[in-house]
Amino acid sequence: MTMELDVFVGNTTIMDEEVYQLWLDGYTVNDAVRVRMDGGVMEECEASADVLLSDTMDQYRTFQMCERLLHSPSKLGNQLLFQIPPHRQAMLIERYYTFDDGFVREVLGKKLSKGTKKDLDDIGAKTGVTLKSCRRQFDNFKRVFKVVEELKGPLVENIHHHFLLSDKLARDYAAIVFFANNRFETGKRKLQYLTFQDFAFCAGQLISNWTVGAVDNMVEDMDVDLDKEFLQDLKELKVLINDKDLLDQHKSLVCTALRGKTNNLNEMETNFKNLSRGLVNIAAKLTNAKDVRDLFIDLVEKFIEPCRSDRWTSADVRLYLTHYNNSVHLLDTFKHQVVWNRYMDVVKSSINILHVRLDESEGLSCFMEKKKSQRWGSCSSCRSPHSLAPGQTGGGLRDLFWAPTQPGRQQPVGRTHRSGRRRSIRKKDSLIAARGGLPHL
Amino acid sequence: MPGKLKAKIVAGRHLPVMDRASDLTDAFVEVKFGNTTFKTDVCHKSLNPQWNSEWFKFEVDDEDLQDEPLQVTVLDHDTYSANDAIGKVYIDIDPLLCSEAASVISGWFPIYDTIHGIRGEINVLVKVELFNDLNRFRQSSCGVKFFCTASIPRCYRAVLVHGFVEELVVNEDPEYQWIDRIRTPRASNEARQRLISLMSGELQRKIGLKVLEMGGNAVVGYLQCFDLEGESGLVVRAIGTACTLDKLSSGSAPNTNTHMHPSTAPASNACNSPSKDGKDVSVHEFLHTRSPLAHGCRSTHNSPVHSACSSQRLSQNFSVSVPTLIFTGMGSGGSVGKEAGPLKTLLRQQTQTALEQREFPFFTLTSFPLGFLVHVGGVVSARSVKLLDRIHNPDEPETRDAWWEEIRQEIKSHAKALGCHAVVGYSESTSICEEVCILSASGTAAILNPRYMREGCLDIGITDHRFEEPSPPSCGFCHIPYDELNMPFPAQLTYCYLCRRQKVPDVLFTTINLPAEAAVTGKGCLIQARLCRLKKKAQGEVNATAISNLLPFMEYELHTQLMNKLKLRSMNALFGLHIQISVGENMLLGLASATGVYLTALPPPGGIQIAGKTPGDLSAEHHILTIQKRINDTIAKNKELYEINPPELTEEVLGSPVPDSRQRSRLFRSHSESSDEVSELDLSHGKKDAFVLEIDDTDAVEDIHSLLTDAPTPTGFYSCNTEIMPGIYNWTSGVQMFTSVRVFRLSNANLTNQGLNKIFTDLCENLLKSFYFKLRSMIPCCLCQLNFTVAVPEEELIQVTVTAVAMTFDKDQNQEKTADKPPAKGGNETEEQLQFPLELCADPSSANCQPASKVSGVPECSNFSSRVSSLERSSPLPEGRSRSLRSNRSFGGISVTVVKMTPLSFLPGTRIIKYLGIINMFFIRETTSLREEGGVSGFLHTFIAEVFSMVRAHVAALGGNAVVSYSMKECMLMENPNKNQAQCLINVSGDAVICVRETDQEPTPSTASIGQTCTSATDEAT
Repeated sequence: MTMELDVFVGNTTIMDEEVYQLWLDGYTVNDAVRVRMDGGVMEECEASADVLLSDTMDQYRTFQMCERLLHSPSKLGNQLLFQIPPHRQAMLIERYYTFDDGFVREVLGKKLSKGTKKDLDDIGAKTGVTLKSCRRQFDNFKRVFKVVEELKGPLVENIHHHFLLSDKLARDYAAIVFFANNRFETGKRKLQYLTFQDFAFCAGQLISNWTVGAVDNMVEDMDVDLDKEFLQDLKELKVLINDKDLLDQHKSLVCTALRGKTNNLNEMETNFKNLSRGLVNIAAKLTNAKDVRDLFIDLVEKFIEPCRSDRWTSADVRLYLTHYNNSVHLLDTFKHQVVWNRYMDVVKSSINILHVRLDESEGLSCFMEKKKSQRWGSCSSCRSPHSLAPGQTGGGLRDLFWAPTQPGRQQPVGRTHRSGRRRSIRKKDSLIAARGGLPHL
Repeated sequence: MPGKLKAKIVAGRHLPVMDRASDLTDAFVEVKFGNTTFKTDVCHKSLNPQWNSEWFKFEVDDEDLQDEPLQVTVLDHDTYSANDAIGKVYIDIDPLLCSEAASVISGWFPIYDTIHGIRGEINVLVKVELFNDLNRFRQSSCGVKFFCTASIPRCYRAVLVHGFVEELVVNEDPEYQWIDRIRTPRASNEARQRLISLMSGELQRKIGLKVLEMGGNAVVGYLQCFDLEGESGLVVRAIGTACTLDKLSSGSAPNTNTHMHPSTAPASNACNSPSKDGKDVSVHEFLHTRSPLAHGCRSTHNSPVHSACSSQRLSQNFSVSVPTLIFTGMGSGGSVGKEAGPLKTLLRQQTQTALEQREFPFFTLTSFPLGFLVHVGGVVSARSVKLLDRIHNPDEPETRDAWWEEIRQEIKSHAKALGCHAVVGYSESTSICEEVCILSASGTAAILNPRYMREGCLDIGITDHRFEEPSPPSCGFCHIPYDELNMPFPAQLTYCYLCRRQKVPDVLFTTINLPAEAAVTGKGCLIQARLCRLKKKAQGEVNATAISNLLPFMEYELHTQLMNKLKLRSMNALFGLHIQISVGENMLLGLASATGVYLTALPPPGGIQIAGKTPGDLSAEHHILTIQKRINDTIAKNKELYEINPPELTEEVLGSPVPDSRQRSRLFRSHSESSDEVSELDLSHGKKDAFVLEIDDTDAVEDIHSLLTDAPTPTGFYSCNTEIMPGIYNWTSGVQMFTSVRVFRLSNANLTNQGLNKIFTDLCENLLKSFYFKLRSMIPCCLCQLNFTVAVPEEELIQVTVTAVAMTFDKDQNQEKTADKPPAKGGNETEEQLQFPLELCADPSSANCQPASKVSGVPECSNFSSRVSSLERSSPLPEGRSRSLRSNRSFGGISVTVVKMTPLSFLPGTRIIKYLGIINMFFIRETTSLREEGGVSGFLHTFIAEVFSMVRAHVAALGGNAVVSYSMKECMLMENPNKNQAQCLINVSGDAVICVRETDQEPTPSTASIGQTCTSATDEAT
């Protein structure tokens, strides 16, 4: 029975979280009905397809009417049109601003401009996110960016205050805004193994150490722009590599400290000058906007790749960096301890995370290889057991959605990962899989 | 110059962008009352302007105060061209005119535009200073309180119920004036909104005057309707019940009535041993003879234009198979009090004089204070088909008045025929298509306790107590009011299954809510009869005659359907019966909704017996057997579903108290020839006569199929169209009011009546199904006050509008109950026989004696608190639990006040502490960009949400946090998708209240639920 008109309005607005998610994910009404039918709501409630369709339409309409309010979440709290309990409001906002990690990874560091918006269909196709959902997410980034751009005070707090997001989500948005503003390059092949969360972590470090806000918390854009003075000061660090004495002194201090604590001491000793030169050069070049953008690629090329070829473990890297950092304090002739600390705090933690991820992703790619190799024979890249959990059995919506796009995969592979969000991880997988595994370095 | 109205414009927020260049707005406000207008300053370049204006003062007559709304218009200032209107707010200041209601209106109102909908909000402050007016010829009626609630409002006590008040005003519809051709749609809509607002103000004032004349101070059950008669004009009419109400001090329990004085011990004695004392017996006897109940429904139809043509074409032949329906003209008055004792005669005289002074002894109430309702006779209804003509003189709306007068007379005479002197649960409605108009009125014939009608009687309640009702309140109202030798329709009378002294009919239909004190077995359920009838397109008188010819058949079929469905559910009474017949160009739609109940006092319903016309045909017989089996299965299933396990009665028990009962019942049984046959064939349903359905043609087969296709409510859901569900007592605080509208377009393939019926039935059933689905998160829950309205807005369109409330309840107690029941059922026959006499005594004594003993220490206290205690004694656990559940919920602390809305007269888990005034709002919305707004669905969805928000905003501004007795009276949608246009009119009303969460010491606000729990608890205990 198709209705000419069919509406249902409750005094307290009725919203089904599942349908909301489908709407956010950009499903058409008919697709959403299909997904719900497969999800088994019908049997549960003795409903028919008609009922489901009518319900879905109603909800979609409600969400569309709400969308305008969601664009400025503070309005949702004092508007009169919909009576929504506060916890539901929070849910609506949070979910509306939640993004797919796979999608954000693609636009991270890009200018949030019309040009990028035009490419959304490509990104959508690549990440398996519907165009509608891509647009919503992109517009969210843009909207947040626009609002906080002109505000004083701490970035995270501003986002938190203006968009009523949870702390976690506000931090993520801060990272997105920060990356978009500074246009960090994240799309290079060598950085592909990094997830959004890895960058978000780095962004957090950068914001709290390198921006204007790190020293003065009442200026405009304090958390968005890097502290120009500081970047200027970084040039002074060059003395660490240019002054031969200082370099040797530093090296011997580090090596002494490392003795007995690692198996890779030799490699560390040989590579010391090379690595140190790399790090200090990165610092010295940061006055250049272009080099700021390439910060992460530089860290990978100048530090992580050399370590990698010497087969340093993550523990080695951490150990090395700690002593590399600390030893500088023992150099009496070196006057720029403060700048050094401010620089190294960020670099140390960033490199750590970058390296750890690489370790993991190697394992990951191994795993992917192994899956493939079940057909071919043996795993080419590893023999050792990986720290990988078996694929979690998930019967969610996502699987239904993802299954057809990944015909080769029987079971979505979930991994124990520090990020608890299974969804996004799986998306990353599909991304990797689509490209035939991670680059081996 | 008796009043000063003061208004202050504080601020605006979320205003729309009116200036594209700056993306801002230069807003200012015009405040208009009557012919006076004030303006605020322009607040430049802001979407959140702060005007903080001075107080604008209007010095006006209180007559104007009652009629006129305060009109607040927000505009965008434009230096070069005309200022653009952003939107308006109409504020009804009536609540401020009554000292007991709100004292100030202050809050954020949505700014509403008839074309664009809500555009931002404005904060307004309004106050009224009234001067005393001693002029007795005054035209105003300030101070009369109005309530939509069709019962005595929760924090008041009825001192006196004066009776029926009605008024009607007419005007030309601005939409049809010549000027409409040249003005903008916006101007036209606003003119209409304003006119209707004025008219309803005037109407309310006039009714108020009538109330003051009668000596009352309030109108309850106020029902106001609009008839948009198109070319011929606009009618606003209202009916209500005038009362004198006393506000209860906040400490005392609501509904404390002196007449419920606990000294009812003699009565219960009388019940226990009827022969004990002559005097007691006589008192008892008289009460019982008086107590009638009736089932049955009378209705008539007037054909157009002249009452002379008033049709009485249908008569007895129809009533043979459906004993609850009679079509007659004016019935002869029921013979009154032939065998009544002197007391009874006296009582009747008193009552009658009290009531006969009134032109119409009608009451719009649907729930009554304990003891008010003595006996119920059955449904009375009347319909009349009229041809509309232009209203020539708006000041003398005599034609319309005469029409209604005629119908009311009809109703009155029907009630008389049922041996009743009053009509309760009375309502009136119209259905208009082009120039044809069907006027309908219906109510329940009843006998009322005269004490409420007589001046001062309530105050001498104690000395007057011989007139009190000592018969068990749980069954008294079921006893027939008419003379059994002169019955208005053939019915099978039996002795009441509870008190065994008085006659009761086998089925009872009413338009009222189930009385709180009634004894009910199991749960109730929504029962609907749906019917479509095609009719030829015609004009004028031919059309009207065709319609009036169809009406009786429709009424008959609707009743047959109701009856069948009632039997199928193994129930014996209908409450809240509402039959709507809607007329369209080429069809008539009939929808009857009611809540089926098994009244313990009434005999168990017989089953349904299928009989074939052609006995020789084997295949046909086989077919009949299959259907019979299905029906029997369904009945059995329904019994289980609704927990209907009445105690089995043996003939002996039934017959013993009054020896001649059998004789009489045989006498009546002779009307139906099927009794012997039935008891043989239909063993599963006891000794009762079954209801015979004959399959003689395909129509009948269809009917039976449709009977069986009603889908059962899914587990966890119940539904009813009365205030509360019989059999559910432990409501928790979850409340969700909703409105749903569906329009179905018939394909123009040649439709038959059957095809149409199927479509219509599916439409209603699907609606219910989708409610169950949408509200599944509230399980266990009950849909209450399900109010269906059907309309035929255009040829080939069927519109169904539903407003209802879903309420959660505590399942635990429920389970306990069901768990308790099976053992009782499992008991063997001897036990059951023993149980019965016990129950007979226990019921009245526990209801009456317990309070008496308990209350002794607290003289002032009603049986109310004692009832609570008895309830707690019988099931302390669930009560405690539900309370703790309630306290977990909070009303929330966000910036916007949460306003709950419900069509019921109360909110579960809360206590109403103040009534702030009536909400009566009329909105028009129009669009010329239908597609852009998401089609008709999108358009209407937005509009309904907007209406809700405006109601909430007004209530919040009055200081309230809930609307009770909310209803959507009108939802009229006209669309023209080709032109990308649509227009919709909505009229809503309700009572704004302040309610607080009930504290543990306070009694529950719902007397009804407690009363019922009490009875059922005692039932269980036996």
